[in-house]
Amino acid sequence: MSQVSVEIPPGYQKVFGRPRALSDAPYTYCPGCHHGIIGRLIAEAIDELGIQGRTVGIAPVGCSVFLYRFYRCDFIQAAHGRACAVATGLKRANPDLIVFSYQGDGDLAAIGTAETVHAAARGENFTVIFVNNQIYGMTGGEMAPTTLPGQRTVTTPQGRDVALTGYPLKISEMLAQLDAPAYITRQSVHDARHVQLARKAILKAFRNQLEGKGFSLVEVLATCPTNFRMPPVEAQKWVTEKAMQFFPLGDLKVRDE
Amino acid sequence: MPKGLVVIDRERCKGCGLCIDACPFGVLGFSGEYNSSGYNVATMLHPEKCTGCAICAQMCPDVAIEVYRQQPDQPKEAV
Repeated sequence: MSQVSVEIPPGYQKVFGRPRALSDAPYTYCPGCHHGIIGRLIAEAIDELGIQGRTVGIAPVGCSVFLYRFYRCDFIQAAHGRACAVATGLKRANPDLIVFSYQGDGDLAAIGTAETVHAAARGENFTVIFVNNQIYGMTGGEMAPTTLPGQRTVTTPQGRDVALTGYPLKISEMLAQLDAPAYITRQSVHDARHVQLARKAILKAFRNQLEGKGFSLVEVLATCPTNFRMPPVEAQKWVTEKAMQFFPLGDLKVRDE
Repeated sequence: MPKGLVVIDRERCKGCGLCIDACPFGVLGFSGEYNSSGYNVATMLHPEKCTGCAICAQMCPDVAIEVYRQQPDQPKEAV
């Protein structure tokens, strides 16, 4: 990867650059994929809290499977859907580590639902970043548990028929009903203002872990331009016009002690 | 001298256009030049309008953008 080698005139000061916790490896995501923004927000939170040396991420199965390349911290690649189970073991055995899992909707809301729900019910003290793009990205755009009613995917070419395949899972709403979780929120990164709100939410989720408050989950609505069959800018409009209507943004549970 | 300056890493840029869409002042656009991966790289078409707000960088999924802002003259410190 080529380094930026541009002469900066005197009098200018850098106000934005790559977070230290991000490695130099280029992202392997498609153009316009929101994984990149969410990944950067996590790196910024690691930088801000100064926890890079003791942070361990749990990578899922999905497009973000190569997550360990992108950060300057340790990673474990969990079996499909088992990130919360791996994170539980890691955090219980090494309570001083800062543990976060990063999972998509195919990983967390489909094959890993049981692990997620039970980790939340036990109030395990780690942070979950849940990227909800309403589709299976890596395998070619099949229907996910979070696919919206009527949404076209390669396995629902006529649009998702709720009579046949049921309704999408609202994981955050489900987990917010439990007693143990400290913080459950849903955010989006479709414009700069919402990126800032998502940044604050991710920071709070990590801070909760540092303070020992328990299970924190930040759901982030994201796009998959490749499998939505849309240009990236149009895919962002999908988030505001369709996804946010079904998955309203906001804090669903905040336990303050 | 414009207030802001945007540096885009040509090899990281994937030409998705999210920065171009996000810029409130229409500073950015596609350069028409392609990097080694074959992506049409974004560039500053109107650098004079840049305020250094960094909204483009906030929206860049590949963290390819660095933003520099002109600093006001520093008040002289008493020694």
